[in-house]
This record gives sequence, C-alpha cells and structure tokens, in this order.
Amino acid sequence: MSNAPVTRKHASTLRGGSLPKWSPWAIAAGSLAVGAGVSLAAGLDSKVQWGLIAAILFVLGTYVIAARVEGRRQAKDRVATSMVWVCFIVAVVPLVSLIWETVERGVKVFDAYFLSHSMGVVADAETGGGIYHAIIGTLEQVGIASLIAVPIGVLTAIYLVEYGRGKLAKAVTFFVDVMTGIPSIVAGLFVLSFWILILDMGYSGFAGAMALSILMMPVVVRSTEEMLKLVPNELREASLALGVPKWRTILKVVLPTSIGGITTGVMLAVARITGETAPVLLLVWGTGFINNNPFDGPQASLPLYIYQQYAAGTPASVDRAWAAALALILFVMILNMGARAIARWKAPKAGR
Amino acid sequence: MAKRIDVSGLTAYYGSHKAIEDISMTVEPRSVTAFIGPSGCGKSTFLRTLNRMHEVTPGGRVEGKVLLDDEDLYGNGIDPVAVRRTIGMVFQRPNPFPTMSIFDNVAAGLKLNGNYKKSELGDIVERSLKGANLWNEVKDRLNKPGSGLSGGQQQRLCIARAIAVEPQVLLMDEPCSALDPISTLAIEDLIGELKERFTIVIVTHNMQQAARVSDRTAFFNLSAVGQPGRLIEIDDTERIFSNPSVQATEDYISGRFG
Ligand SMILES: Nc1ncnc2c1ncn2[C@@H]1O[C@H](COP(=O)(O)OP(=O)(O)OP(=O)(O)O)[C@@H](O)[C@H]1O
Ligand SMILES: [Mg+2]
Repeated sequence: MSNAPVTRKHASTLRGGSLPKWSPWAIAAGSLAVGAGVSLAAGLDSKVQWGLIAAILFVLGTYVIAARVEGRRQAKDRVATSMVWVCFIVAVVPLVSLIWETVERGVKVFDAYFLSHSMGVVADAETGGGIYHAIIGTLEQVGIASLIAVPIGVLTAIYLVEYGRGKLAKAVTFFVDVMTGIPSIVAGLFVLSFWILILDMGYSGFAGAMALSILMMPVVVRSTEEMLKLVPNELREASLALGVPKWRTILKVVLPTSIGGITTGVMLAVARITGETAPVLLLVWGTGFINNNPFDGPQASLPLYIYQQYAAGTPASVDRAWAAALALILFVMILNMGARAIARWKAPKAGR
Repeated sequence: MAKRIDVSGLTAYYGSHKAIEDISMTVEPRSVTAFIGPSGCGKSTFLRTLNRMHEVTPGGRVEGKVLLDDEDLYGNGIDPVAVRRTIGMVFQRPNPFPTMSIFDNVAAGLKLNGNYKKSELGDIVERSLKGANLWNEVKDRLNKPGSGLSGGQQQRLCIARAIAVEPQVLLMDEPCSALDPISTLAIEDLIGELKERFTIVIVTHNMQQAARVSDRTAFFNLSAVGQPGRLIEIDDTERIFSNPSVQATEDYISGRFG
C-alpha cells in the first residue's frame, strides 16, 4: 500500500514538541524571581531596574526554552507574543500607578462637602473649602467651547469629505494640520491679545472657552473626517440613485451611519480640552468664589484649581489639589463612558 | 409608463482615462435589453451614464447625448436628481442602508425624498417586497436591520427599494452575481413581470441569463487592455445568439474568446 508511508511521514512533520499551556506563566514567574535575585545581589534599589531585568529575562528565557522544546519557528512566535505582553505591561504600569496615586491621595478630602462648596475665603493653609465653583467653571467653559467647535468642526469635515475638491480643500486641510499643532499657551495668548488687549474685554469663562475651542476644532475635524471616510461609497451611491439630493443623502444616510464614531471623537476632544490649564490661566484668571456667569468676570476651572492649590503648597491645599485631580479624572472617565455608550447604541446594527 | 432611451455618440471618461467611446444605441420601452461583454469593457460605466450616476465618481465626465423620450438627459437645465428618480438602479453589490430596518430600506426612496403619505407606505413596502420575491422571508421581521439578511436577500431588498419609487426605467448591474439559482430564477421571473411596466436594462456575465430574460442584447468589447470599450453590435437576442453579424460576438458567446 502506498498510503502507509505517506501517513507516517505526515505524522512526523506535523507533530512536534510543545510547551504546556502554563509555560508562559512559569517563565514569567521564574524570570521575576531571578530578576529580583540578581538585583538584590547587585544591590540595585530601583524597582524600575528590577522590572527591566525581569522583562529581558522573560523574553530571552521564552526564546531559549521554546527553541529547545518546540523549534526555532515556534520560538520566534512565542518571543513576539511575549514582547507584546511586556510592552502592554510597560504601558499599563504607569497608567495604573497614576490612577492609584490619585485615588489614594485624593480620597482624603473627596466628599459631598468638597463637591458642593466653593473656596470662598478659605485660606490656603486652612482645611475645608471645595471645588463647586471650579466644576461650574469647567462645565461652562467646556460646554461653550464645544458649542463653538463641534458644529464648525463637523461641518468642516463634511465639506472636506463630501464636497472638498481642489485648492480650497487642500488649504483647509493644511490649516487644520497647522491648528492641530498649536500649543495651548499660544491659543491662549492669541485670544488674550485679540479679545482682552485689543477689544478690551475683561477676563471671563467665555474668553477661555474661545481658546479651548481653537484647540478642540482640529481634533473634531480630524476624527469626524476619518469617520465619514469609513462610510462606504456604495451607500452614498445607493441613496443618490434613488433620486435623493446630495445634502439629504449626507444628512439621512452618511451621518446616521457614522454618528457613533463622530460622537466618540467629539467626546475625546472634549476630554482633551477639559484638562487644559494654560489658556484658562491666561484668560479666565481664576477665583475662589462661585461665578455662574461665563461672560462676566473671572471663573475657576478644575485644572486651574489643581494648579493653584498645589502651588500654594500647604498640606491642606495639596490634599485639595489631589481631590480635585480625582474629580477631573472621574469627569473625563464619565464622559468617555458616555461616548462609548452612545457609540454602541447608535452603531449600525448587524444581526437579525 | 415606460420610456425609450436613445443614446448617440456617448463617450465617458474617468479623469483622463477614456472608458467607453462613441456608443450609440436605442433601448426600447417595455422590453429587456441585456449588456454582455468581457470584464472591464465598460458595461457598468455605460449603465451609469444612463441615469447620470457616472458623474458622481470624482473625475467622471460624459460627452454625447442620452435622449429619454426626446429629452436630452445631459441637456441644459436638466436636474440629475430628477433623472435618477425616473431611472432607478440596482448595483452589482447589494448595498442596503445599515442604519435602517428592512421596512425603512424599502421605503427609503420615498422617505428620504419626503413625498409620501404615511397611510400608503405600508402598502407600497409590501407590494415592492412581494415584487422582489422577498415578502415571505421578511414579513415577520420588517423592523429588523436590513444588514442582517443574507447576501441574496439583501440584493432582493435592493431591488425592492429600487422599484418602490416606481421608476420608468430600471438599470440592473449584474443583479444576480451574488445569488443562488433559485433566487436568480426568482429575479428573472421578476424581470419578466417588471418589463410590462418598466424599461429594463440588465448587465450580465451569464449568457444563458441574457438569452432567457432579454429581448435585445448588446455586445461590448475593447480592442486591447487600456483602450476604451465600444459597442460591437446590438440586435434581437435570438439573432445575437444564433446568427450574430460580427465574428467577435460569435466568438465571445461560444467561449472562443481571447
Ligand atoms: N472609479 C473608477 N475610476 C477610474 N477608472 C475606472 C473606475 N471604474 C471603472 N474604471 C475603468 O473603466 C473601465 C470600465 O470599467 P467598468 O466597471 O465599466 O467595466 P465592466 O464592463 O462593468 O466590468 P465588469 O464586468 O468586471 O463589471 C475599466 O478599464 C476600469 O478600469
Ligand atoms: Mg461592472
């Protein structure tokens, strides 16, 4: 029979040695232990060095062990996987420790009183006071900035993707690129010289919102553009072929199809400007009192509050700075989750 | 009310690339005209010039005349939107709107244009879905998204969508290329029914299909890759398939091509 040798040959080339499922964990644990041992012996006291040594040992160890047991191709495969894991951990460690640190230090004075009271006349060294005025300021400034930047940004993106041809579109794209690179302090200075020094208006939340909208607009344009480009051309053609005018096609077919992604992009842009300090410092000025009117007089905002409290340097004010930082992170996180929820809810639904 | 199409001296470009050159033909009302020819010879391009969809492509340009009952579609003051309402189209790949339910997909042409009576909508949707042979499969889930259907069902959904607006001419670009033989047969029957009311133009790579459904057949070809496609001949389907007047047509139909 000619079948038999063929089968045997197949079996021998297809089956090879293989490491058990738990081996990556074992190698990781081993390299951690060895890394710690080596570091102790060498008298290194930085945990970062310990981690780096363990990571290198992990990648090398994976390769050597896999190469011996499974062969070189599988070993390379496993090295790639272990590198991805190492990079992932390197990326996650700072993030987790940042959140950990903020939560740990922030919870000390983070309570309902803190959220519902302003600083008023509380001195830097005194305990008490809160961020109510800063929350109001941030909400109003970011809200106004979004009201300005989102419509302009989305319409610009629609122009670029759906209508833009030739020189004008190229110029707009170029300026959006340039705007993306504007440092926030420069946006602040621009509004300062134009609005406050030339037009002689006072410091106000609105002045800050204008600078924030300059920072926000290019982000909105870029993300919306990407989302609109993802809408398949066939859908536009299907709608046009039904005798639907172009503007209605954009409004009723293109935008609904991409609304989830656009919302996510807008929310990310909002999150980005929420943390801006420089323009607020220049244009909104900051105050310890509640000012509900964004168009008149100085306001506070969360990042500015953090900066000022931290700069004051007393134990009570540093505690307040951390608690405000926690509030800021929570604010951005809630925004992000809101965006995700909207994106999921609005996304084109597959399935029956 | 079906209409006649008279094309004369039609040339279409993509930017500087001439895709089809100097095409003249007549499409008879209340009949089925089939376009056949090798891939890339410009059948889709020509079809799209008939309802002014060609110019939607960036760089798309057309020269020549397309008369719809004596009115030049490329004449001054002609609104391409109105042209597309009169001349409907079904695309090579099914493209239902992913954000809309099955019902809304069929009603899309009416709803997006805003000229409909709410009370009539249900009837029109049911009639169109029945017309496209899809009603029985979807009648219990009209509110589910159209993208949840199979490829063949999606294509029939697109046909339903196109006939819901009651066009006078229906252009179909390989409507059956994604369908099984049973759905194909259903669509061919449908074409047979539709030609009582509409003028139908269908592009197909399937010779048997062209022979089965069409009254007249047009054969397109290009002399070499990169050259513009041309109309070789158009005649009664029977004649094209039994005794064409050009040798190239016979070669193509009998598979002795290239
Ligand atoms: N969007 C486009 N931009 C540039 N050139 C195009 C475009 N679409 C088609 N062409 C060119 O026009 C010519 C005709 O293409 P067309 O799609 O009309 O062929 P077809 O006969 O429909 O082919 P098939 O049978 O494969 O569908 C081809 O040379 C093609 O490369
Ligand atoms: Mg084609």
